[in-house]
Amino acid sequence: MFDLKAYLPILLMFIVAAGFAVSQVLISQLIGPKRRTPTKLMPYECGKDPVGSARERFSVKFYLVAMIFVLFDIELIFLVPWAVVFKRLAGPEFGLGTLMYVEMMLFIALLFVGFVYIWKKGILDWSQAARQEAEAEAEMLAGQSGERLRRAA
Amino acid sequence: MDLSNPYIQAALQFLAIFITFNVVLMIVAYTVLAERRILGFIQGRLGPNRVGPGGVLQPFADLLKFIFKEEIVPDKSTRFVYFLAPLIAVTAAMMTLIVYPFGPRVTLPYFGQVELVIARFDIALLYVLAVTSIGVYGIALAGWASNSKYSLMGGLRSSAQMISYELSLGLSLVGVILMSGTLDLYEIVEQQSGWYGFKWNIFPQFIGFVVYLTSAIAETNRVPFDLPEAETELVAGFHTEYSALKFALFFMAEYINMFTVSVLATTLFLGGWNVPGLALLFSPGSIPFAVFSVIGFFVKVFFFLFLYIWLRGTLPRFRFDQLMSFGWKFLLPVALLNVVLTATLVWLGVL
Amino acid sequence: MTILIFLLLAALTVGCAIAMVAQRNPLYSAIALIGVFLGMAGIYVTLAAPFIAAIQVIVYAGAIMVLVVFVIMLLNVEEEVRRPIRLRYLIPLGVFLAALLFAETAFIIYFIETSAYNPPPATQSNVGLTASVGTGLFTKYLLPFEITSLLILMAIVGAITLARRVPALEVGGRRMQAATTESEKPSAAD
Repeated sequence: MFDLKAYLPILLMFIVAAGFAVSQVLISQLIGPKRRTPTKLMPYECGKDPVGSARERFSVKFYLVAMIFVLFDIELIFLVPWAVVFKRLAGPEFGLGTLMYVEMMLFIALLFVGFVYIWKKGILDWSQAARQEAEAEAEMLAGQSGERLRRAA
Repeated sequence: MDLSNPYIQAALQFLAIFITFNVVLMIVAYTVLAERRILGFIQGRLGPNRVGPGGVLQPFADLLKFIFKEEIVPDKSTRFVYFLAPLIAVTAAMMTLIVYPFGPRVTLPYFGQVELVIARFDIALLYVLAVTSIGVYGIALAGWASNSKYSLMGGLRSSAQMISYELSLGLSLVGVILMSGTLDLYEIVEQQSGWYGFKWNIFPQFIGFVVYLTSAIAETNRVPFDLPEAETELVAGFHTEYSALKFALFFMAEYINMFTVSVLATTLFLGGWNVPGLALLFSPGSIPFAVFSVIGFFVKVFFFLFLYIWLRGTLPRFRFDQLMSFGWKFLLPVALLNVVLTATLVWLGVL
Repeated sequence: MTILIFLLLAALTVGCAIAMVAQRNPLYSAIALIGVFLGMAGIYVTLAAPFIAAIQVIVYAGAIMVLVVFVIMLLNVEEEVRRPIRLRYLIPLGVFLAALLFAETAFIIYFIETSAYNPPPATQSNVGLTASVGTGLFTKYLLPFEITSLLILMAIVGAITLARRVPALEVGGRRMQAATTESEKPSAAD
C-alpha cells in the first residue's frame, strides 16, 4: 500500500545534508583569511600565465557517450519493473513466465543490435587508430585552417 | 508521548537521520585516517601518527586546518556555479543514507518492535540510482565553473566515466532484483537470512557482484579509475581550483560515496546484517541479536572500505581510452549477459 | 501537512521554471531545468506515483540533462544577448491566452469541487507502485513496450548518423585543437 509518510525522510535528509553543506561554505567565507592578489586569483596553469580560455570546444566523443548513455538508461528503466514482477508473474499463480521471458529477451536482443551497431561504427573506440581517423577527417574538412592545425599539433 | 502521532514520528525520524549523519561523518573522517595509515604501512612508512595517540586526533586537526585556510575564488570562474557544485556533490552523496537497513527487527523496551532502518519505501533501490545520477552534476559543474583547463578536462572525463559505469552498475542490480522481486532493501536483506550464510546473493550473483564492485569503484573515482583526479597529469582534476572547506566538501563527498557504495554492496550481495549462525546463540528480535547483527554489518562494510584502500596501494591507473573501452566493451556486455542468465535461471525455476 | 509539502514543491518547480526562462546564461537555464524536474518528481511522489518520480529523476534529470549540460559545455554557448522584442503586437495576445488558460483551470477546479462526484483520494491507490507499473506494462500494454525497443534502436542509429557528420563540418579547426591537446594526455601518463 502506498504511504506518503514513508517518503518524508527524503525531505528531512535533504534538509540536514543541504543545511550542512551550506553552513560549511558560509563558515569558509566568514572565518578564512582574505588576502587576494591578482596572481593568486589566476586559474592554475603550472605557474605560468594562463593561455587563452579554458572553455574551448572539446571532443565530440563526450557528447556521443552522453547520448548513448541516455538511450541505454531508458533500457535500464524498463528492465527494473520487469525484474520486480518477473518472479511473481512467472510463478504458478499467473504462469506468464514464458511470455515475460520472451518479450524481455526480444527487447534486450533489439538493443543489443543497437549496441553492436555502435561498436562497429567505432563510437566506443578511444584508441589511437580512431583518433587518427578523426584527425584526418578534420584535416580534410578544415581546408584553410590546416596551417593552424599543424602549429597546434 | 504518543508514538503513533505522525509529528512525533517525524521528529524521531529527524533525530535518527541526524545521528546517522554524524556517525557517517565520523566514519568518513576515520576512513581518511585509516587510508593514510594503511597506505603508509603498504609503502613501508608510518603515516600520520603525531596528533594524539597513534594519530587518532588527526581528522580534527585537518578539519581545523581546512576552516582556517584562505578561500580562493578564481577571478575567471562563474561564481554561482562555482559555489553550487560542491553543495550538489556532498548533498547527493548523503541523500542515500536513509534507505540502508543496518540491523534486524528488534524489540526495544518502551518503543516496541523497531526495524533498524530509517526509511522503507517502494522504490528504495531506484532512489539510490536516481540520487547517484544527480551526483554527476557536482563534478561536471565544478570542472566547468572553475574555468581552468585541468578542471575542465577532469570534470569532463569524470562525468563521461561516471555515466558510462552507471549503466553497468544499474544492470548489475537487475540480477538481484530478479531474484528478490522487490526494490525494498530491508526485504532483500531479510530474504538472504538463513542457511548459515549460503543464501547470500553473492553466490548465485557472483558475476553481478564483480560487475557491481568494479563499476562502483569507477563510480566513486577511486584507483584504478581515478583519472578525474590523476595527480600526475591533471594536478587534481575537477577540484584543482577549490580550496578551504569547499575542497573539504568534495573530499567528503568522495568518501561518503565510498561508504554508501560499500553499504549497498553489503546489503545486496553479502546479506546485510545477517551473521551466519547468530540465530543459534540468541533468539531473533532480542537486543544482543540486534547488536551483533549491526556489528556484523559494519564489519562487512569496513571490509569493502579496506578493499578500496588496498587497491589504492596496489594498482596503477588506467589510461582514458582503456577505461572507456573496459566500461563499454567489457563490463556492459557482461552485465547484460548476467541479466539474461539470471532471467533464464529464474524462468526455469532454478533460482 | 501534505498541502504544505505540495506548496513547497510547487514553489520550487514554478520558481525554477521562471528562472529557466528568464536566465540568459544557458548553463544556468539548464541547472534551473534540473530543479524543475526534481520538483516535479517530488510532486509525483505526493500523488502516489513513486515509480514515475524515480524515472523522472533518473532519465530526465540524470541522463537527458547531462546530455544538455555536455552540449552547452561542448559548444561553449555564449551568454544570450538581449535583443528588442520583434513581435511586439503579439504581447496582448499572449497575455490574453494566459488569462484564458488560467480561467479554464479555475473553472475546472470549481466545477469538480461543486459536482456531486467524490473521487477516492489518490494516495490510497497502488497504481503508481513499481510492481503495478510492471504488471500493467508487461501484460496489458505489451505491444507499446515492444515498439519502444524499436524506437530506441532507431534513436541509436539516428544519433550516430547525425553526430558523426555535423560537428566535424561545423567546428572544423577548433575541434581539432581540442582533440590534439587531449590526445597528448594519455601518452604523458604512460
